[in-house]
Amino acid sequence: MKLITAIIKPFKLDDVREALSEIGVQGITVTEVKGFGRQKGHTELYRGAEYVVDFLPKVKVEVAVTEELTDQAIEAISKAANTGKIGDGKIFVFNLEQVVRIRTGETGADAV
Amino acid sequence: MRSEKIIRLITMGMALTMPALSWAEEAAPAAVLDTGNTAWMLTSTAFVLMMTIPGLALFYAGMVRSKNVLSVMMQCFAITCLVTVLWTMYLYSLVFSDGGSMQSYIGGMSKAFLAGVTKEALFPPYTVPETVFSMFQLTFAIITPALIVGGFAERMKFSAVLWFTALWVTLVYAPVAHWVWGGGWLGAMGALDFAGGTVVHINAGVAGFIACLMIGPRIGHGRTAMPPHSLVLTMIGASLLWVGWFGFNAGSAVAADGAAGMAMLVTQVASSVAALVWMLCEWVNHGKPTTLGIASGAVAGLVAITPASGFVGPMGALVIGAAAGLACFLAAAKLKKIFGYDDALDVFGVHAVGGILGAILTAVFVDVSFGGVGLKEGVTMGHQLWVQFVSVGATLVYDVIISFILLKVIDVVIGLRVDEEQEREGLDIVLHDERGYDL
Repeated sequence: MKLITAIIKPFKLDDVREALSEIGVQGITVTEVKGFGRQKGHTELYRGAEYVVDFLPKVKVEVAVTEELTDQAIEAISKAANTGKIGDGKIFVFNLEQVVRIRTGETGADAV
Repeated sequence: MRSEKIIRLITMGMALTMPALSWAEEAAPAAVLDTGNTAWMLTSTAFVLMMTIPGLALFYAGMVRSKNVLSVMMQCFAITCLVTVLWTMYLYSLVFSDGGSMQSYIGGMSKAFLAGVTKEALFPPYTVPETVFSMFQLTFAIITPALIVGGFAERMKFSAVLWFTALWVTLVYAPVAHWVWGGGWLGAMGALDFAGGTVVHINAGVAGFIACLMIGPRIGHGRTAMPPHSLVLTMIGASLLWVGWFGFNAGSAVAADGAAGMAMLVTQVASSVAALVWMLCEWVNHGKPTTLGIASGAVAGLVAITPASGFVGPMGALVIGAAAGLACFLAAAKLKKIFGYDDALDVFGVHAVGGILGAILTAVFVDVSFGGVGLKEGVTMGHQLWVQFVSVGATLVYDVIISFILLKVIDVVIGLRVDEEQEREGLDIVLHDERGYDL
């Protein structure tokens, strides 16, 4: 099992969610984050005081998938979140040791 | 109907024969209650109170960081309550009663606890009940210390704010208000301050400046970004201030008449021009117009037109507004950067600078050639300018000295500033055990 963490542009969230749903990934966790990679920030002005804001709003998407779905999921996210411009984001893949469905107690691939 | 005619005759007869309410010390003209004026003044009082709560409270709250949003609102609210009580006890008396031999500088205690301010009492020469006049004036005494909050926001102890407010309104606001409006020496000299350019704005702006210097800059000032946490609140606050200001300026006519109408007119014109000028300055200077800029510009215009509002016409309003927009923009955006003082909410840049500008320009634009009401008989513009300068200067000097002393004393006795850890965590949690937002 893998935990796929993807940092994407906020407006791409719906596309990514749909793409994952289409390949059979139903569960998803979304967090609002901020960060930057190579994308530059912007300046803000408040009564003559200029602030350079490096951090940009992003969305972190986390999905747990079985081995079989991993590559498909990565491709689905990549395609859906891509705009071709700097700041599209990154995907991180972690090994997932254990998964438990709280309601039923199921574990492993049954719980994903 | 005949009975109506009879009632009207009786009422007229009563009005004509009612004894004039005059105080023993002064021979005041017989005043009769005018319901139109009274209705307007009741309304104005509410408008000006609204300027503080929630106008100023929101204006300031939006500009500080979210961890301090409640502290600012708490201060405005508490100041409102505290000054009201002190006003009732003795401030009204100090400003508006006869001080006898000290009348040039301060009133007496004959109206302490609002003695004599009964349901029927008028305050000659005004045609409104003294209750209304007293409350109207109270709202001015409230907003002045509330404005000062801008100079020490995000780092002053709440207890210190209360002590400073109590002492400052007693030792600075009351005397200065008496000098200008209560029969003191500045009014006697012919100083023109219709709605409080000196009494409210220069007073607050300068005290705020002294406070910001003495309390020191916020931790991280100059290095850390401290942008406003909610310009939405600020814009709402600025709008309430603008609308409320009609009570502030037009209400200072203490009448529902042409003077009030003109005061309202010039208030609207000056603030609009100033707002556009500030907006343009930013557009040229930074590349984009901002909401904080246009709101600040409007407030600057409102401040500058305050002393002039009963004396100038539309032409004067246009010029005063434009001048204020430019001058206050420079003071807030440039001057602050050059000297590096942490006037968090630009009390000095907007209120002191705007107030001084307005006070001086009043002497110019009062002239009939500019559409004003005209200088007093026998007074030249040069002389009026001189009087305005004296008025501004005296207020400045007195305010600086007393504010400095008060802040020093309070600092020694209880300390002005929260400690570093408290400041970092935020005043809301540390001083009030509350969070402004639970998102």
